Amino acid sequence: MLNKNIYLILIISLVFAISFWIGFNVNLLPAEASINAPIYDELFKILFIIGLIIFIGMTIAVIYSLFKFRKRNDQIGDGIALEGNLSLEIVWTIIPSIIVLLIGLYSYNIYDRMGGMKELNHNHEMMTSNTEKIWAGISQTSDNEIAINNLSIEVSAMQFAFLFNYPKGNFISGELHVPVDQKVSMKMESKDVIHAFWVPEFRIKQDIIPGQPTILNFTPTKVGKYPIICAELCGPYHGGMRASIIVEEESDYNEWFNKNKKPEVNL
Amino acid sequence: MTISIDPQKTNNESLQPKGWLRYFSFSLDHKVIGIQYLVCGFLFYLIGGTLASAIRIELASPMSDFMPRDVYNQVLTLHGTIMIFLWIVPVVNGAFGNYLIPFYVGARDMAFPRLNAVAFWLIPPSGLMLVASYFVEGAAQAGWTAYPPLSITTPQSGQIIWILSVLLLGGSSIFGGINFIATIIKLRRPGLKLMQLPMYCWAMLGTSLLVVLSTPVLAGTLILLSFDIIANTGFFNPVLGGNVVVYQHLFWFYSHPAVYIMVLPAFGLVSEILPVHARKPLFGYTTMVFSIMGIVVLGLVVWAHHMFTSGTPPWMRLFFTIATAFIAVPTGIKFFNWVATLWGGKISINSAMLFSCGFIINFVFGGITGVALAQVPFDIHVHDTYFVVAHFHYIVYGGTVFIIFSSIYHWFPKVTGKMLNEKLGILHFIITFIGFNLCFAPQHWLGLNGMPRRVAEYDPQFQFVNQISSLGALLMAISTIPFLINVLLSVRNGKDAGDNPWNALTPEWLTSSPPPVENWEGEAPLVEEPYGYGKEISEQK
Repeated sequence: MLNKNIYLILIISLVFAISFWIGFNVNLLPAEASINAPIYDELFKILFIIGLIIFIGMTIAVIYSLFKFRKRNDQIGDGIALEGNLSLEIVWTIIPSIIVLLIGLYSYNIYDRMGGMKELNHNHEMMTSNTEKIWAGISQTSDNEIAINNLSIEVSAMQFAFLFNYPKGNFISGELHVPVDQKVSMKMESKDVIHAFWVPEFRIKQDIIPGQPTILNFTPTKVGKYPIICAELCGPYHGGMRASIIVEEESDYNEWFNKNKKPEVNL
Repeated sequence: MTISIDPQKTNNESLQPKGWLRYFSFSLDHKVIGIQYLVCGFLFYLIGGTLASAIRIELASPMSDFMPRDVYNQVLTLHGTIMIFLWIVPVVNGAFGNYLIPFYVGARDMAFPRLNAVAFWLIPPSGLMLVASYFVEGAAQAGWTAYPPLSITTPQSGQIIWILSVLLLGGSSIFGGINFIATIIKLRRPGLKLMQLPMYCWAMLGTSLLVVLSTPVLAGTLILLSFDIIANTGFFNPVLGGNVVVYQHLFWFYSHPAVYIMVLPAFGLVSEILPVHARKPLFGYTTMVFSIMGIVVLGLVVWAHHMFTSGTPPWMRLFFTIATAFIAVPTGIKFFNWVATLWGGKISINSAMLFSCGFIINFVFGGITGVALAQVPFDIHVHDTYFVVAHFHYIVYGGTVFIIFSSIYHWFPKVTGKMLNEKLGILHFIITFIGFNLCFAPQHWLGLNGMPRRVAEYDPQFQFVNQISSLGALLMAISTIPFLINVLLSVRNGKDAGDNPWNALTPEWLTSSPPPVENWEGEAPLVEEPYGYGKEISEQK
């Protein structure tokens, strides 16, 4: 009996060790290029490790049962008439409940750190009238933050392209240029069907909905060129609906911005 | 309430065709209807599988080069719709439910035999209509979710035929659900208590409640959508002031419970199969019953987790995260119970057992990614990517379809009186298991790294992994060959099974195989312990 328990403990610790090793050493995610990304990856790592422990454990239990308790040729009759075990069943109800609750609270915390739990801003002074209802995405900011933020960009999506309007410079671009380490606030609206704005390296996604503006804020942290991908089926060329986001040093960004800037027309 | 066969009815039945012809008739026999559901579903599975192969061929190269882009969207729409509404739902509910439930409750037929036949006969025409819509003006191409405004702006005839067809299939599903509830509650043989029913009855009771509660919502939604398309109303059309997100709420109010409509019956079937081949009672009967009902209740309040990127308010996201994650608790209980059922048994390693164990492993994997997807911050990155595609195929294929095959190996001797060939069966399992995991496991990585779903073209960096996935799909296609050969050969030349080849204790085995029209020659037996394995021996001692 003692021997059996030692084996059980050994196997369980081995499962934990393997899961932690894989969790820390196998990277399944693309580069981290926004403030959100390392937070996301932290959540991913923890879910990955817990998932591995459960999956490897269950798989071992099933395969072990198939070998250990397989019917030998000389055997007749049935297995033991065991119909249940109340304390065991209580254990495997309560432990998963606690794990699930902890994961839920932890992901709430992650979501809060991503800026997802802030109040809906109904009044988005920079770009909209007071009555227009804004639907929130992640990383919302309060109105004041927006007001002092120069990087407000209006995104319009249509079959099958994204257009980026820079109201401060009075121009429209097919590429999204942003300076590194600065918060960007986007108001997005679709001209036709539902699209979605997804940058895998930023770990953010928000649907772009016709007739209902959505907000998406993010802060890029790494200079580079990343794909913007439409993630919602929007028609035959959905797979080709791509754009690029170019994260550059502030000086480079300013140069690009000033080159494209158009003087405001006063009528 | 009990139903006795009146002479009038028996006369009617004797007028119906005998032999194989009865499978093409408006038969009222629940066993015939069950087989009609199964064979019809399997034919549509072959069509849906062919479409899946076409998708994987297209995705073997990064360019859109195998078929035109709009045809690709029609193919993926038809693939999803056929596999859900014409294969999985009719087979796990209609086929096995009709065949087994009357046996399990000790009845000679379902509560409403005519409604039952109508429910089945709605399926072939609506399925054919759906497939034929491709040849009219092109089939629907807005995905099986048919989100407006895309579904309003794509070619109309295909979308309208799609709506009509799904409405008919939904109607069939509701008729079936009402019939199952009535049969389980009202047609139980005297003396048979609810808590003595085989687990599949409980699973079907829970499933049927979900069908009856949620399918009408889908029907109503699709009718409104068809008004938007035909009559230019503005329920979901933003140009006319409609709201597209409302459609998503209504759609997922049915379509999330639909997942449980597809997996709960599988949970019931595996609970019948494991005890027989492990020679042990089902572990934790009472907790199994409560966990099914827990899943039914929770399953109705988690739909918005499909909409975390649609612009839902934060409190709603939080609620649906917690509710969704908590489904893992009753589901987990069931999996622990099944492993405990295996533990200490005398397990026959046969095709039915292997497919059931494959189901446990695949479904645990799909369940784990499911709990991860329930977390809003996690979901935001992978929503609408191949990660989700991989997740739900682990649930519906790795889970439910594995159980459909397991059930066919288990009940084939009951239906035909012949055994299936075990060697071909194990070969079928090995190819399916390897092919399935090769096809869908790599797709998790694709989703995490930037490949959205429903695309005909992708970044060249994803080509290698996509080709592995396509290779897996090829193996899955090949795996149907040994299965088909096995079934076609065994129906005629299989080894005689006898009445009860597995020495099972559930009531359907306590009659001849195949069973007589009235199920039992005499009175239906009272089975108080459908899982009483290991008991007779200890009593004899």
